[in-house]
Amino acid sequence: MKIFLKLTFLFVIILSLISSRAIAAGEQQELLKVDWSFKSFFGKFDRASLQRGYQVYTEVCASCHSLKHLSYRNLAEKGGPEFTELEAKAIASNFEVTDGPNSDGEMFERPAKLSDKFVMPYSNVQEAIAANGGAYPPDMSVLVKARKGGANYIYSVLMGYDEPPAGMELDDGVYYNKYMYGNKIKMSSPLDDDIVEYADGTKATVDQMAKDVTTFLQWTAEPHLETRHKLGFRVIIYLSVLTVLVYFSMKKIWSRIETKV
Amino acid sequence: MSDHEYTPKSKVGKWFNDRLPLLTLANHLTDYPTPKNLNYWWTFGGILTFCLITQIITGIVLGMHYVAHADLAFQSVEHIMRDVNYGWLIRYVHANGASMFFLAVYIHIFRSLYYGSYKSPREVIWIIGMLIYFLMMATAFMGYVLPWGQMSFWGATVITNLFSAIPLVGESITNWLWGGYSVDNPTLTRFFSLHYLFPFLILGLVVLHIWALHVPGNNNPIGIDIKKPSKDTVPFHPYIVIKDAFALLIFLLIFAFFVFFSPNILGHADNYIEANPLVTPAHIVPEWYLLPFYAILRSVPDKLLGVIAMFAAIFVLVILPWLDTSKVRSTVFRPIYKQFYWFLVADVLILGYVGAMPAEGLYLLIARVATAYYFAHFLIILPFLGLKEKTTPLPLSITEPVLGGSADMVMARNNSDFKEKL
Repeated sequence: MKIFLKLTFLFVIILSLISSRAIAAGEQQELLKVDWSFKSFFGKFDRASLQRGYQVYTEVCASCHSLKHLSYRNLAEKGGPEFTELEAKAIASNFEVTDGPNSDGEMFERPAKLSDKFVMPYSNVQEAIAANGGAYPPDMSVLVKARKGGANYIYSVLMGYDEPPAGMELDDGVYYNKYMYGNKIKMSSPLDDDIVEYADGTKATVDQMAKDVTTFLQWTAEPHLETRHKLGFRVIIYLSVLTVLVYFSMKKIWSRIETKV
Repeated sequence: MSDHEYTPKSKVGKWFNDRLPLLTLANHLTDYPTPKNLNYWWTFGGILTFCLITQIITGIVLGMHYVAHADLAFQSVEHIMRDVNYGWLIRYVHANGASMFFLAVYIHIFRSLYYGSYKSPREVIWIIGMLIYFLMMATAFMGYVLPWGQMSFWGATVITNLFSAIPLVGESITNWLWGGYSVDNPTLTRFFSLHYLFPFLILGLVVLHIWALHVPGNNNPIGIDIKKPSKDTVPFHPYIVIKDAFALLIFLLIFAFFVFFSPNILGHADNYIEANPLVTPAHIVPEWYLLPFYAILRSVPDKLLGVIAMFAAIFVLVILPWLDTSKVRSTVFRPIYKQFYWFLVADVLILGYVGAMPAEGLYLLIARVATAYYFAHFLIILPFLGLKEKTTPLPLSITEPVLGGSADMVMARNNSDFKEKL
């Protein structure tokens, strides 16, 4: 079947174009590579890691970084950290949201519900910038998809804090990071050993927390990743079987005339 | 066409058909005599029709949930990805579908270039095809703007700014396109409106494209006219239908692989950052399928001339039937043109590559050489080659090379051709 070879040929050309673009664009240090459980055809999230990652997010990242596209109900949904509904409700009720107006025309504060969006650390972008020395802490909802290198990039930046090389001058409030674009970052190293205390007894090393929170952020960026992989596998199987059936039907039909197909 | 007179069997059918001959049309499409030697490169017409329909259907559903407003567009796309039932699937099919559409259209166009399908009597099919291609690029460009990410915004800024190169009225035209003094909400809403409209224009042109095809009938790999319809052709159904279906399924397997396992590889990470007029991305690159034209645009130092060169790159394709002076259609019988054909393929791939690179140093030099060669191919090589080239003898009919001794020769030649490419 020549067609396969021909299609593969084109496929390779296109992929090589894409990859060459990726290679040439970055003169950066090569990213750290992690064997993530969510990669590959059957990739799934590590549930415990997602829950720990959520803990790292709330206790460390959430003081500056928002997750504005997520709702508290997402925490209890299938394919995510899968907290029980009660746990998710309890998490939500820790946050205050402004609601209203009520029948008196007044706005009022109430504890957050499952249907509420994640409460943001700052009320607007300007406030966030002002509070962070002129740098905007990006919203983290789709951060993994918004950075070349994805999960590996986020993990690398978290692990990439180091002493600046000799001769590099850093302004106040600017830190050296091996993997950050331009090697300068306005966020100080957010993780320290045992900065959080994991409920499941996992030792909270910097590496462990970086992996957990990256896994969590991969989920916030792709909440339907598990469904996608599962459905994709079925679709590929279905199409393959159908292709074989159609191939033999085609052979049969074309055998009525002398021409090869 | 040499269609036999068709009368529906049922009374109702006959009654209806006398008033609107839809059944005659259906009968024509089923019986349509198709050269029996068509290879798999001919299956992309059907694949492209499938792509268009897929884009329209997924697009209509996306349009139900998308909000065309500068403050809400990005958020509404995330709403589709998270909260709409299978919204992630519909959007990924639509986004990757655009790339697959272009992949198929490029194969379709290069098929035509290889087998001379644009030559007499099929010039009108070709020109309509080029119109479709042009509208596809416009549609895809506007579609890429809709998520209102960083690449959407800055891509729109770069491309719309091209019109400001037009002398005297350039700035007015650009402001008119924007609906203001920069790319902003009015730009987004009109792009959404046009992005919804254009696919239906394309659909109309596709109907004309197929109609125009059904007048002279298909070209074929040998590129000679059909001598005896009974011997040289097969009815469209079931022979071509099943073959197209098989090819479509292979295509769908690749499509599905992208959608389910690498949905973002063909896009740009920056487009998951919300549009910000105050922050320019380090590299502004269009989608991969526009890169060759982007390279041509940037290879010319003058802005206006660059824009002219870019549009001329498409226009030379439109007038191609008159630039190629060779009477022989299929490249199989044109040994010298065959080499130039593959040079052109390489040239376009190189243009695509440098289009993705920063326009400086060696890249810029390569882009300039490749641009010059692109135009030289169509404006110098093709007209002269057609007059000078010694072509190899053509077979007497389609059946002869398919059945007779020369068949092996042709097939062997095609095969060795292919191995060289690999």
